[in-house]
Amino acid sequence: MTTAYLTDFEAASRNGGSKAPWLTGLRRSAIERFAAQGFPGAREEDWRFNNLSPITSQSFLLAPVAPAAPTTQDVARFLYSLPGGCALVFLNGRFSPELSTPAPRIEGVTVSNLAAALGTHGKLLGDHLGQYAKIEKSGFTALNTAFGHDGVFVHVKAGAAMSGPIHAVFVSDRSTAGSVAYPRNFILLEAGASGAVIESYVALQGGSYLVNTVTEAVVGEGARLEHSKIQRESEQAYHVGTTHIHQERDSHSTSFSISLGAALCRNNLDVVLNGLGIEGQLFGLYMGRGRQEVDNHTSILHASPNCSTREVYKGILDGSAHAIFNGKVYVTPEAQKTDAKQTNRNLLLSDRAKVDTKPQLEIFADDVKCTHGATVGSLDPLAAFYLKSRGIGPLLGRKILTYAFAAEILEELPYPALRSGLESLVSARLEEGAEA
Amino acid sequence: MLQVNNLHAQAGEKKILNGITLTVNRGEVHAVMGPNGSGKSTLAQVLAGHPAYEVTEGTVTYDGQDLLDMEPEDRARAGVFLAFQYPVEIPGITNGYFLRAALNELRKARGEDELDPIDFMELAENRLKLVDWGPDILGRMVNAGFSGGEKKRNEILQMAILEPRLAILDETDSGLDIDALRVVAAGVNQLRRPDNATILVTHYQRLLNYIVPDVVHVLAAGRIVKSGGKELALELEAKGYDWLTGGPRAA
Repeated sequence: MTTAYLTDFEAASRNGGSKAPWLTGLRRSAIERFAAQGFPGAREEDWRFNNLSPITSQSFLLAPVAPAAPTTQDVARFLYSLPGGCALVFLNGRFSPELSTPAPRIEGVTVSNLAAALGTHGKLLGDHLGQYAKIEKSGFTALNTAFGHDGVFVHVKAGAAMSGPIHAVFVSDRSTAGSVAYPRNFILLEAGASGAVIESYVALQGGSYLVNTVTEAVVGEGARLEHSKIQRESEQAYHVGTTHIHQERDSHSTSFSISLGAALCRNNLDVVLNGLGIEGQLFGLYMGRGRQEVDNHTSILHASPNCSTREVYKGILDGSAHAIFNGKVYVTPEAQKTDAKQTNRNLLLSDRAKVDTKPQLEIFADDVKCTHGATVGSLDPLAAFYLKSRGIGPLLGRKILTYAFAAEILEELPYPALRSGLESLVSARLEEGAEA
Repeated sequence: MLQVNNLHAQAGEKKILNGITLTVNRGEVHAVMGPNGSGKSTLAQVLAGHPAYEVTEGTVTYDGQDLLDMEPEDRARAGVFLAFQYPVEIPGITNGYFLRAALNELRKARGEDELDPIDFMELAENRLKLVDWGPDILGRMVNAGFSGGEKKRNEILQMAILEPRLAILDETDSGLDIDALRVVAAGVNQLRRPDNATILVTHYQRLLNYIVPDVVHVLAAGRIVKSGGKELALELEAKGYDWLTGGPRAA
């Protein structure tokens, strides 16, 4: 099924492909890589729990330009009131200036869409794009690199700070059925800079389409990044995404990954700690119902001494949903005094729901503090009795206790509007029940 | 109001209650005392419908209804309240949300309108005074990170808001310092009315200095071995339990 992608690539290259030789070269090597390795198979350790056949048995071609452009009102329900921030809206993978709000002008801060930045910041992108999320990682990353031409671009110069979060909203509409979009995002925070990006993946209507997204974030010395990814695709859609956070000395990053949508969702989060004194926080919440499959593969590379990471991922599975969590923590021999804590907790609301959870600690330094814990369980009967003894019956009690389980992650979300927006989404989701 | 007749209950294979018979009338306060393992907490939990216990024999009638045939939530809606010995922590849910949800379930069962957050706050602020607390406590997560004393006080706050007709306090006094004990006791006393009743399950007599019972029952090995007036509690304080339970005499 790879042939269709190669044909599509040639067509895309003819129609206004890149002029910059570095980009042409990168895309060419990416498609060649894909041609050689194809999609990941079940024999590969990192993909062995996934059933990718819904994606690999058909050919998703580039999404068309939306025929009936949605209005600001259509997308308003996906936005949050974020003081000092702005929203960049992408429709079927293409930037829509009409639906976006202008970024505040701040000295040292550039926010735009990537397609525009390839013109204005070609040199910078030439140095960085594809250097972190490498095409060798998987056929999906190779395809995104070959095709991805738009997404959010953020550059914060040394010591500068964004005035609020950039919300990149990737909207799919009905016309995307059977097609694919390749959002590609790039964030560069120079030394001492700070910035925040929220990525939302949403659908105007139900539909079966593929989103294959890659985000590369570089967090310079002493810089601070807050990155959130909210995956709310159509429940018939497929979403495969990679977020790569590369951190330099004394930097700080917080990552949120919330997955509610898609028939099949695979989130890869790779964090590389490349310098002393780095801190990283990784929070995740995933909910599955019906026959949804949601997979989070996180990988933290402790490559330097005195770094600490804290990771908490929680899952709520109902119906016949299937979740996968794989949390890799790799500590190199140099990375003494590493402090890494990983927790994955899963709540099964139905007998048919299933979780495969696997911590994967590979530690080659001797003076480290690394802990992990994974649990899979159902609601606490004692807590349920406590609620009943106050007149709260089993249905409402189940919603309250499930919400309470999710709240540990939701409470950590930055910005009151984002937090309350997601609290409402999770509550509504619990209200809808196991199938919806 | 409550008639317990020959009640037998067990946890798994272990028989704990071996034929309890007792009657509680409106307006009365009953103290249920006894040494550890006598079954007094089990009695409290069985009345509330705790799933860990199985009733094997006997009947419980509450306001003419078969209490044992009712789900725990229906017992609560009918006015039965258990103050837990070990209140459950529910991080992620605020006390205020929890209390309003519970009150509204009770109100719906009575055919009354649900309270919106504003009306609820008004009611709650009034009841908070009973336990000498400010409104901040409503914003904290249910029992999470509470001290032992705060948890017990929170049970009394729930009781003040839900206004049960039959309140069962399961060792609410254990682990409390004297100030917390006074606050808890004052709350219970102010909630006493001629049409409701209270069962105090306690190991120690000291709570009864603050809440004066009408009847005192002594449990041993899952049976009531003696019932009497409030002076029985004082006698227990002086002589211990052994003269009633047949255990070794205290020196």
